[in-house]
Amino acid sequence: MLSQIATILLLLAGAAFFLAGTLGLLRFPDVYTRLHALTKADNVGLGLIVLGLALQAESWTAIGKMTLIWLLVLIASATGAHLVAQGALRKKIRSWKP
Amino acid sequence: MEAMIQPLGLALDGLLALTLLWLAWRVLASADLFKSIVFFIAFGLVMALIWVRLGAPDVALAEAAIGAGLTGALFLAALSRLRQGEEGMANGTHLRRANGLRFGAQAALIGLLIALFLALGFALLSLQNEAPGLSREVADMLPASGVSNPVTAVLLNFRAYDTLLEMGVLLLAVIAAWSLSAAPKEAVDAPGPVLGGFVRLLLPPMILVSSYLLWVGAYAPGGAFQAGAVLAAAAVLLLLSGRSPRASGWLGWPLRVILSLGLAVFIAIGLALTFAGRLFLDYPPDEAGNIILVIEVVATVSIGATLAALFAGGRPQQDKRE
Amino acid sequence: MTPAILYAITGIGLFVLGVHALTRRAHLLNKIIALNIMGSGIFLVFGALAYRTPNGVSDPVPHAMVITGIVVAISATAVALTLMLRLQSKTGAAELPEQSPE
Repeated sequence: MLSQIATILLLLAGAAFFLAGTLGLLRFPDVYTRLHALTKADNVGLGLIVLGLALQAESWTAIGKMTLIWLLVLIASATGAHLVAQGALRKKIRSWKP
Repeated sequence: MEAMIQPLGLALDGLLALTLLWLAWRVLASADLFKSIVFFIAFGLVMALIWVRLGAPDVALAEAAIGAGLTGALFLAALSRLRQGEEGMANGTHLRRANGLRFGAQAALIGLLIALFLALGFALLSLQNEAPGLSREVADMLPASGVSNPVTAVLLNFRAYDTLLEMGVLLLAVIAAWSLSAAPKEAVDAPGPVLGGFVRLLLPPMILVSSYLLWVGAYAPGGAFQAGAVLAAAAVLLLLSGRSPRASGWLGWPLRVILSLGLAVFIAIGLALTFAGRLFLDYPPDEAGNIILVIEVVATVSIGATLAALFAGGRPQQDKRE
Repeated sequence: MTPAILYAITGIGLFVLGVHALTRRAHLLNKIIALNIMGSGIFLVFGALAYRTPNGVSDPVPHAMVITGIVVAISATAVALTLMLRLQSKTGAAELPEQSPE
């Protein structure tokens, strides 16, 4: 029961991070700040969700696979964010100044 | 608990369906082609979620990898080639006209489409709410199929003809693309340390994941198509990072052998079975598992190579040897 | 309304939206994307109708056919895109002429 409550809390926290990241993507003023919101919030959100699901996993291999997925997403999203930012810089998109 | 989850599930289904329709509208209505493609990729991912809701994880994997990922990559590559073509032409006739339908014709078209929607919807509603389809027959024959994942059993045993012809379609697509044009020589920017390192880091796990998907397809969601799509994605990453095997000898006959191997082995096994006194592609139950594995391994490699060749967009041009 | 019927009707909606864009958009890339959306709609009808089994385990035959369909769709899309690029390099525009030449 305790682990189920922990799972629910972790999943909700993860979903909150995703929600915040998506809000940032929609509301932030330029490509750089949007990337920042999306990449950071989603990485933590997915980590929390993996943690929450790991508490309910049936075996250690399942936990291993989920951790691997999280690590791959971390690497891929970091690279993707870098490439998008580099492309934006090459196109001379200026960053937002308040 | 059940009574609470049921309406929640239906609400989620409704939300997913509405999201899908909205995304489709954005894909089709947006004036900017790039936006259209980005929405198309998002559309494919929501489709994959819906496949999971419909109890079809095999299809979800194929949709996410092929329908959203590789098709999206194909569209993006085609768009960048279109733009290059526009730049190449100094006074290219830049046609930007709205499709000139008269108001009456527009109204007629929309009326016709609404009628079509209503007729098809009515046909759906008149169907029975419960229909087992062929699921019982598949479950009865599953022990003799050599695998325990019913979708793999259907794809590679019960309806192996479909898959055989599909391998033929893939090969035909490459032949058609190659006869239409040579692969464009794209000026790939130097990949830079991040992309280069990323590709170097990710390539071995991608090959591992592909083999895993291939192996696990015998008893769990996965199989040759999903595995082939992961291989193709690895090849696309290599092409994007500027590591195309242009100068190496790979693009001559070895590539052609790899592209046609899946179909060739499939046909050879079918013919061998007819010589052994069975029907074409009628596997003996004891050996079915091994036969399916052999076909899937070669099919995976062929599918991966075919999808990557389609992404490259034409017959390979080898650099002239100095 | 069951999820099967809901998704099947969504599939028909996608198909109809796709037909509309196919006839109304001039650019060939738009037309190819519209064809893909129409295909997805048909796949969704297939998958939704496979979900009507009484025991909750979907019918695997339509699933296998949809996987085949997805792969055939990407093959056809790739050939169509190559044709489109060829047309552009010949005529300068990736659009079909308004009227067929007399």
